[in-house]
Amino acid sequence: MAFAPLHLAVALEGAGWHPAAWREPAALPDELLTGRYWTELIQEAERGLIDYVTIEDAHALQSSLPDRPDERIDQVRGRLDAVLIAARVAPLTRHIGLVSTASVTHTEPFHLSKAIASLDYAAKGRAGVRVKVAWSAYEAALFGRRPIPAFSIEEHDLPLVRELIQVLFEEAADVVEVLRRLWDSWEDDAEIRDASTGRFIDRDKLHYIDFEGRWFHVKGPSITPRPPQGQPVVTVLAHDTVPYRLAARAADIVYVTPTDWPTAQAIVAQVRAQQEIARRGHETLHVFGDLVVFLGRTAKEAQQRKQRLDEAAGEEYTSDAHIFTGTAAQLADLLLEWQAAGLSGFRLRPGAIPDDLAAITGALVPELQRRGAFRREYDAETLRGLLGLPRPVNRYAPTGAAS
Amino acid sequence: MTKPVKQIHLAAHFPGVNNTTVWSDPAAGSQIEFESFAHLARTAERAKFDFLFLAEGLRLREQNGLIYDLDVVGRPDTFTVLAALAAVTERLGLAGTINSTFNEPYEVARQFASLDHLSGGRAAWNVVTSWDAFTGENFRRGGYLPQELRYERAEQFLRAAFTLFDSWHGDEILADKESGVFLRDPQAGQFAVRSSQFDIAGHFNVPRSPQGRPVIFQAGDSDAGREFAARSADAIFSRHGTLEAGRAFYADVKGRLAKFGRRADELKILPAATFVLGDTDAEAQEKAHAVRLQQVSGPTALRFLEQVWNRDLSDHDPDGPLPEIDPDPGEHTVAKGRASVRMFGDPLATAAKWRALADAKKLSIRQLVIEVSGRQNFIGSPATIAAQINEFVQTDASDGFILVPHLTPGGLDEFADTVVPLLQERGVFRAEYTGTTLREHLGLERASWAKRRR
Repeated sequence: MAFAPLHLAVALEGAGWHPAAWREPAALPDELLTGRYWTELIQEAERGLIDYVTIEDAHALQSSLPDRPDERIDQVRGRLDAVLIAARVAPLTRHIGLVSTASVTHTEPFHLSKAIASLDYAAKGRAGVRVKVAWSAYEAALFGRRPIPAFSIEEHDLPLVRELIQVLFEEAADVVEVLRRLWDSWEDDAEIRDASTGRFIDRDKLHYIDFEGRWFHVKGPSITPRPPQGQPVVTVLAHDTVPYRLAARAADIVYVTPTDWPTAQAIVAQVRAQQEIARRGHETLHVFGDLVVFLGRTAKEAQQRKQRLDEAAGEEYTSDAHIFTGTAAQLADLLLEWQAAGLSGFRLRPGAIPDDLAAITGALVPELQRRGAFRREYDAETLRGLLGLPRPVNRYAPTGAAS
Repeated sequence: MTKPVKQIHLAAHFPGVNNTTVWSDPAAGSQIEFESFAHLARTAERAKFDFLFLAEGLRLREQNGLIYDLDVVGRPDTFTVLAALAAVTERLGLAGTINSTFNEPYEVARQFASLDHLSGGRAAWNVVTSWDAFTGENFRRGGYLPQELRYERAEQFLRAAFTLFDSWHGDEILADKESGVFLRDPQAGQFAVRSSQFDIAGHFNVPRSPQGRPVIFQAGDSDAGREFAARSADAIFSRHGTLEAGRAFYADVKGRLAKFGRRADELKILPAATFVLGDTDAEAQEKAHAVRLQQVSGPTALRFLEQVWNRDLSDHDPDGPLPEIDPDPGEHTVAKGRASVRMFGDPLATAAKWRALADAKKLSIRQLVIEVSGRQNFIGSPATIAAQINEFVQTDASDGFILVPHLTPGGLDEFADTVVPLLQERGVFRAEYTGTTLREHLGLERASWAKRRR
C-alpha cells in the first residue's frame, strides 16, 4: 500500500446528522425504532468494508439546545438504547465493529462492563464502546441519584463549571478503569470443567478488582468471563484538553474535530503530549478526525442537497465537527491530506441516511481503494484486529503467561 | 358444567448457575457463547413456546469465603443477550430478570422499551429485589437498602417504570415529510415521579413500544411478593412443583386479583419445572437417577449441607453419615449470594428431619442430598409427561411451565420433538403462533396507556 492503512468508521445517528435529514425522499423516519432499520444500515456499512460503526445515544431526549429539551416538533425525537441496537445487529453481521455510545456519569460501571463484554460475545470479538460524560442538570434529574448544578453553556468558563467538568471526566476515567479491570477479572483459561475434582472453574484465575476511587468502589470479579477481544475497544469524542486527557489515559481511539490541516496537526500534538503524560506513549492510541459529510456525484449536486436540507430546517446546519460538502473524490483528497497531519482514521457522520451512507460505501470507499489507501476485503476476525490493536495480555495473569 | 379446556403456556429457561445444570456431561456446551443461547431459542421457537427466560447475575457466589466453583460460574448480561436473540427469532418472547435494587427506573425502562421495539413486541421483565451488602459491593451505592424496604422500592420502581412507559401514548410520531411535522405533541415523554425512593423528572426518550409495556413477571413467594404480583404483574414465576402445593398457590394468588379489579386470566402462573424423558417410564426413571448423580457430586453434597448447617463441613465424607454436630443457628455466614439459603427455614428443624430420613433409609450425605433436593418435576415417556403437564394446567395447579433443561444447549430438543406434538394433538397447545407479541401469546391485552392507571 502506498499509504499507512486508513481506518474508516461511520457514526450512525437516527436519520442522519442534519436535523432535516428525515425529510429527504429516501429517508425512513417511520422505521428509526425498528431492528430492521439498524440491521440494514450496518449491513450496508459492512458491504463498504468500514472498520466499525458507532451508534449515538443519550439519556436525554434529542434537543437543539445543549442542556434541556426544546419542545420542537420538526426534528426526530425518540431513540433506542445503543448497546441493545448493536446486540440486535451483531448476529446478522460478520466483520464490522459495533461501537455503542454509553453515558457513564449516572450509570453503573459493573452493568456497562458486562453489557459490552456480552456484546463482544454476541459479535464474536467486534464490540466497542464510546464513553460519554453527562454534564447537565437535566440529565441528572432523569436519574435522581446525584444533583448536578445547572449552568448555561455561556458559563462554561466559570471556575466552578470548569471544576465540575474536570471532575466528571476524571470520574469517567475511573469508570473506564473499572470496565477494563472487570474485563480482565477472569483469566482466559479460568473455565476448566474438571470432572475429576468437580470444579467448573479454577478460582485462582478469577480476580477481585477491588477498585476504590473517589466516587465509587467496585469489588468484582465480573459475572461475565473475559470477552473474546480480551479488551473491547474504548473510544472517546474530545474537543479540548480535559477530554484529551481522558482519551490519553483510558481510550484506544479518540475522535477529534479539526477544521483544517494545521488544526489537525495541532490537535494530534496535544493528544500525543497527554499520552506521554499518561505514560502510554508505547501504546496505540488512534486519533480519528470527525467529519460531517454531504456527498454528491458532482460538487454542485452535493451543495444543492445540503442547501435543500438547510432550507427544510429553516437554518444553516452547524456542527462541532468540520462539515464537508462535495464529491467522494474531493473527500478522499481531504482524508489523505489530513491523514498526513497525523490522523490514523476518520469517523464520518453521514449528513442524511441512507444517501450519504450509500455514497460512503458506494463511492468514497472505491475511490480510496483505487488509490491504494483502503482495504479490499476484511483482513481480521476482530475489531481490535482491524484496527491493528493486539489482543492485550491480562493484567491479572501471572507474568510470563500467555495472554 | 364442564370447564373449558385451558391452553398451556410453555417457556424455556436457559440452564443456570446452580447444580441443576450438568456441565460435566459430554453433551454439555458453552454457557457463555451466543450460539448456545441461539440454539435454545431456536428450539423453543420451533416448538412454538411462549418465551425464553434468562436469569441475572450481579455477584459470583461464595462459600466459606471463596468463589463457589462446583456449579456453572459466569453468564452474560441479560439485556444484551435478549436483544441479540431478537435477531435470530421472530415470534418467541424474550424474558429476563432485572433487579430493582441495583438499577434505576429511567435506565431499565429505556432498556425494556428498546428491547420491545427491537423485538417487535416480545419483551418481558421479571422484577426481583435484593438488598444484601454482598451484592452491593459491585455497585456505586453499596448495600444501601434495608431488607424491609426492598418490596417498597420494587413496587415504586415498577410504578416509576410504568409512568415512563406511559409517558408516550403511541400516536405522537407523525413523521410527515411534506409538512415537516415529526412530533404531534411537543410534550411527548414528559414525566415526574416523586416517592420515598425516587425523585425523577424530565422526558422519557423512547417512544411507546409495540406492547405498550413489557410483560411483567414476579418471582417472590412471600405474602408481600404475592400481593405485589396480584397488583402489578402479568405472570408469576413460581416454585410450587406438586399438584397440591400448586393448586393452593394458584387459588391463593388468583383469589387476590379481584380486590385490585383484575380478572383471574390477567395473571398467569408459571412454575419452573425440570424434566427427564425416556422411551418408557422405567427408562426415564433410570436416566433421572443418573442425572441426579451428575447433579450432586460428593463435593456438591457437602457444600449443600453447609448451606443448612452454616458451618464448614469439608472434613466430612460425603459417602459417610450426616454430621453429628448441629447447624449453627446464628447469622448465616457460610454461603453468600445465594437466595436459596433463606428457603430452608429453621436449620435445626431441617437437620432433625434430614437425620431422621437418613436413619430410616440408611442414606449417606450424598444420597440424602439427592433425596431432599431438586428431584425432577416430570419423569417419564413423552406420553406420561404430556399427560402430567396437562393435568397440572387443567386442574388449576398452574397455567403452564417454565422448563429448565439440565443440558446446555440441547436439553430442550427432545422435549420439543416428542412432548410438544402430543400436547398439540390434544388441542391444549398451539400448533402455530397466532399473534406476534408476547402479550398475544399469553392472552394478555396490550397495555393501553389510558386503561391501566394502577
